[in-house]
Amino acid sequence: MTTTPVDSGRGFAALAGTDRVAGQLYTDPDIFEQELEKIFYRTWIWVAHESEIPEAGSFKTATIGRQPVIVNRDRKGNFNVLLNRCRHRGASVCEVPRGKANGFTCPYHSWSYSLEGQLRGIPYPEGYEGVVEKKEMPLERLRVESYAGMIFASFNQEIEPLEDFLGDAKIWIDRFMKQGAGYPVKAQGEHRFRFDGNWKIQLENTTDGYHFPIVHRSWMASVDAETADMLSFMTDENAVTHALGNGHSVAIMVPEHVDLEEDDGTEDLQGRFGHIIEELSQTMPPEQVRRIVRSMHGAGFNLNLFPNVAMSMSFFRVLRPIAVNETEIQHIALGLDGGPESVNRERLRIHEHFQGPFGFGTPDDSEAWDRVQRGAYANKDMPILVNRGLGRERTTEEGWKTSHVTDESGMREAYGQWKKMMSND
Amino acid sequence: MTSQSTATELDSATELNTAPGLELRLGRLADPRVAQAIELVWHEATLLDAKAYEDWERLWTADGKYVIPIDPETEDFEARLNMVYDDARMRRMRVTRLVEGYSMSAVAAARTARTISRFTVGELTEDAVTLRSAQVLVGFKREKHILLAADLTHRVRFTEEGALIDLKVVRLVNSDGAVTASGFLL
Repeated sequence: MTTTPVDSGRGFAALAGTDRVAGQLYTDPDIFEQELEKIFYRTWIWVAHESEIPEAGSFKTATIGRQPVIVNRDRKGNFNVLLNRCRHRGASVCEVPRGKANGFTCPYHSWSYSLEGQLRGIPYPEGYEGVVEKKEMPLERLRVESYAGMIFASFNQEIEPLEDFLGDAKIWIDRFMKQGAGYPVKAQGEHRFRFDGNWKIQLENTTDGYHFPIVHRSWMASVDAETADMLSFMTDENAVTHALGNGHSVAIMVPEHVDLEEDDGTEDLQGRFGHIIEELSQTMPPEQVRRIVRSMHGAGFNLNLFPNVAMSMSFFRVLRPIAVNETEIQHIALGLDGGPESVNRERLRIHEHFQGPFGFGTPDDSEAWDRVQRGAYANKDMPILVNRGLGRERTTEEGWKTSHVTDESGMREAYGQWKKMMSND
Repeated sequence: MTSQSTATELDSATELNTAPGLELRLGRLADPRVAQAIELVWHEATLLDAKAYEDWERLWTADGKYVIPIDPETEDFEARLNMVYDDARMRRMRVTRLVEGYSMSAVAAARTARTISRFTVGELTEDAVTLRSAQVLVGFKREKHILLAADLTHRVRFTEEGALIDLKVVRLVNSDGAVTASGFLL
């Protein structure tokens, strides 16, 4: 195994070693500014799931780094991501979180734009004769591509295709979506909260199996024995983390639920879902009931996509850097589009139990992350360790560096990508 | 104060008294059931600020629902994602989590002081009162103040065991924005 000490002498990229990073990565405002420029304004950033903008004219607003954007679906069915900034004097043209519109009109002087961003109307246009050509003043369009309903945007028009960037993560995205059990997956509400810490603390956490039974002991104590058993992966040899390249990784907590289409029939359905099984069995064949109920907790893994989204068992975790020491998190609950109402409601209850500012899990995570940020100001020469499992890391035939799910292979993968992107000029 | 301005004030008070829809004589707030319900709401607030969660749990009817919705408009809480949607079973687990000492956010929870006022009376029957009010909660933790404002609805039911909370809905003014995870209850 190779370890690289943190070298603080050669620019910010050098502050990330292969198995440790400088605490400064969480605390230095100059590093944060460079991260916005070199990562958030350069790479693919997740902005929406297609179910959030289901029809022509549907839109949502989002933020990439500090820049407000509008994500919409136009009449041709294409996704557009537009800078939420009027070309005239800079006002935002939309401040509604989501909705349906024919276009966007700036509230300041009523310059109006189409869903594709073209400037359609300028009031009292005489003053602009020979000065402004409407076709030269559209809302700025970002590059947009989607995979399996996951919509990403980039300020970098020259960026590699999204599918190349996702690479082997696509295999896991496809597996993740199987929790729809024959129905498309849809977003069905979200929690939003902020914590007083750097965004990378959250990025690490999605691939941190090590903290789970400690930080989430009170949640574990509150759920039924079968659910607690399902997430008892600390000594399960099949529970592994794969580094997938480009900063992405997957942490497998429930190996038997990696591919929800594979079912050898030996797993007992959880007793807590008895009422759902009974209801669905009245109209559905047993194998379909089984498929839906086995998928109730989502996929058996957290897929961490660098830098801002995770597909985490049964929800999407989206992070937004606010400041070097402040991060906003969305936890988007997922359901079955067109699926049984009782199933979707049960999934909401499962989500509420753990997630959100009053859930049984999120507040404890948030407290831990606050503590990391506070501690990281102590002795900036003392590195943050991400070396757990380095001695037992191996490479699979797919080429994925792999160790136990409690190990830190996923974090090392993310910091590898961070280092690469922060080295770019 | 001149006698003239006093007279003007009296006049406007008389006007208010006769204004449609508003009672300035002894109104429903003076109803003994409403007074009892308000006392319960304030008692509940005192217990929550004191983090006396086991005592708080005893204030509820067996079917009581405790809800902190996200959607500011919805009345159909079951069909929506909420921050809290507790029946007696979830409430029991929530209280256990908050008092047993394994939750690091509960152990390190902010100190809070909440004020509830602006009461209005909705439904008023022999055995139930619905109260609407405003709550301002100020918390303090690690050098920072936390401010959370909410509209509250309490449905208080009068049972053989006394006045109990049958429904509590906490509509945070920032419910669909970012709400900081806090380790205490609203």
